[in-house]
Amino acid sequence: MKDKFDWQIEGKSSLIDLKFKDVWSYRDLLWLLVRRDFVSFYKQTILGPLWFFIQPLLTTVMFTFVFGKLGGFKTDGLPQPLFYMAGITAWNYFADCLTKTSTVFKDNANIFGKVYFPRLIMPLSIVMSNLVKFGVQMILFMLMIAYYVIIKNENCIPNYYILLFPVLIILMAILGLGMGMIISALTTKYRDLSFLVTFGVQLLMYATTVVYPLSTVKSEFSWMVKLNPMTSIIETFRYGFLGNATFSWSSLAYTSSFAFIVLFLGIIIFNKVERTFVDTI
Amino acid sequence: MSKIAIKVESLSKAYQLGNIGTGTISRDIERWWAKMRGKEDPFLRIGEKNDRALKGSNNVVYSLKDINFEIEQGDSVGIIGRNGAGKSTLLKILSKVTAPTTGKISGNGRVASLLEVGTGFHPELTGRENIYLNGAMLGMRKHEIDKKFDEIVDFSGVERYIDTPVKRYSSGMYVRLAFAVAAHLESEILIVDEVLAVGDVEFQSKSIGKMNQIQSEQGRTVLFVSHNMEIINRLCKKTIWLNNGNMIEYGSTNLVIDSYKKKIKEDTFIDIEDLKSNRIIIHSCELKNKDALFNGDVMEFKISITHLVEESIDDNFIFEFYREGMLSFISTTFHINTFQKNSKVLLFKTPKYLFNPGFYSMNLKVVDKTGNYFEYLYLKDVITFEVIDDGIRRGAYKLGWDGPVSPLFDFIYE
Repeated sequence: MKDKFDWQIEGKSSLIDLKFKDVWSYRDLLWLLVRRDFVSFYKQTILGPLWFFIQPLLTTVMFTFVFGKLGGFKTDGLPQPLFYMAGITAWNYFADCLTKTSTVFKDNANIFGKVYFPRLIMPLSIVMSNLVKFGVQMILFMLMIAYYVIIKNENCIPNYYILLFPVLIILMAILGLGMGMIISALTTKYRDLSFLVTFGVQLLMYATTVVYPLSTVKSEFSWMVKLNPMTSIIETFRYGFLGNATFSWSSLAYTSSFAFIVLFLGIIIFNKVERTFVDTI
Repeated sequence: MSKIAIKVESLSKAYQLGNIGTGTISRDIERWWAKMRGKEDPFLRIGEKNDRALKGSNNVVYSLKDINFEIEQGDSVGIIGRNGAGKSTLLKILSKVTAPTTGKISGNGRVASLLEVGTGFHPELTGRENIYLNGAMLGMRKHEIDKKFDEIVDFSGVERYIDTPVKRYSSGMYVRLAFAVAAHLESEILIVDEVLAVGDVEFQSKSIGKMNQIQSEQGRTVLFVSHNMEIINRLCKKTIWLNNGNMIEYGSTNLVIDSYKKKIKEDTFIDIEDLKSNRIIIHSCELKNKDALFNGDVMEFKISITHLVEESIDDNFIFEFYREGMLSFISTTFHINTFQKNSKVLLFKTPKYLFNPGFYSMNLKVVDKTGNYFEYLYLKDVITFEVIDDGIRRGAYKLGWDGPVSPLFDFIYE
């Protein structure tokens, strides 16, 4: 007699099983984790969200001084603080998603070792929690735009491409998530790789158009900078919000396909590692 | 005929030892470089030298080996065995925390598992917030928690502090709340690791009652790991006995526990093969009067040793005593300078009324004389024994005492 069963656990799993159904049934957990991050952040620090302002502000001041005043870097005719602020705000969201996701197994080893839920929930909650910080920093950025447009009368007015903003957020989240998941899977085998991540993200920032505009990159190097998927995101971001940057649909399309491939690979590797990582960490 | 809740077929779980990786890239490169120059692997541990004869068989350790069983719906099944028998591994696989190496498990109904009390509790969040977070982690939807919320709070008995961050809770409150969440999961199968060992006696009996109710009234399937035979006896109809990753027996609880206890009493010597390192051999470990040990007895241990290398006479011994799976206490030989050159035996006696009655096992470690604590040998469960209460301290009190030891002090009224 053959019995019918609801579920099965086997030694091997199919590679392409992305487990989205599993993730969907745990969607309440996703929301509660985001809430947890938010609430615990507020409760732990007196200054709370003020910290969110300090980091981009100080970095902007520093960049304006070093690259703008000392280095004399061009900024596409935009006010220097505004130019750097735009790059920093967008870059930070991507960098936070990536670094936090890349340590997800290590940070949650305790929980993962004791209870099962689709592990994908954790990186997803990281990407969404970071959205709160990003939102707060966006407010600061908008206030700066208003200041420069209204009081200083500068010509840095948003255009219709600002409507691409949601797409940019999704692309940054996907890139950070995908790359972070691939790295997180590798760090379960090689723990010293995580030191490399923080350092690598910093280096990658200089290969992205955060401190300089794409328009000033010499044509023999520009393919290298364009190969970096974050470049077109930052450029589009500046173009939409500040009205001047190098925008092209084709490089945005390149970034999109890059992001989705990375995400797909990331999920596959992540799901493969999640099954046995508890034994190795 | 009742339906099957869980069916386990030729389940094995292997862990790799030694050579798979050192954990860091830099060390792996170093190892590769050493190999290129024809040097010895710098990260191979002493005592696990790559012996040709052992190669291949020694790199893989089976934590579970070819396990087969079926559990019917509504059964309560206990899992017993020594430390390292594979109990926790089995539960981890059943709750999907880790994947099996080979084999298949099929099941009917939702599985909720409680491998640890309060997993994912966040100290900054209030009791209420933690109930939701923990419940969702264990697989409940928000509306299910809403429905059960009052029951959970009621069972835990912390309603006064439900909006206080749990970092201000006493450890007892913390455990009660966490167990309450898990106990109210709506699942057909409940898997519980030894979590009831924490908490006070009153809470223990309350939670055992709850588990009984889950099983008998609601007809749910319960799997339960414990070192406490009494609790297994009260809770479980059937019991699985694991030893070294093999299933020794599966059947009605009375029978399995009887043969388990019998086996524990027989075990005096362990397999000599296990006791060898390239420094030292432990031939045997004996405990006098092992079959009838009362807590009022002085227990005499005798360990026979041969030193293979001269320096090993300086090595130190560490004895770890476990009571029903929990560490009771540790004793060491660091304060004695050295072994005498020709001595072959290490003797020691434990004081009267040190052991709290129950099942004990002893682990033995041989470490170096310096403060580096380098382990030459680590033997688990070299000896297991039961300590019986002699009744002298008891008076009218009938139950047991908590805690790792229960010494008898010289009480004097003045």
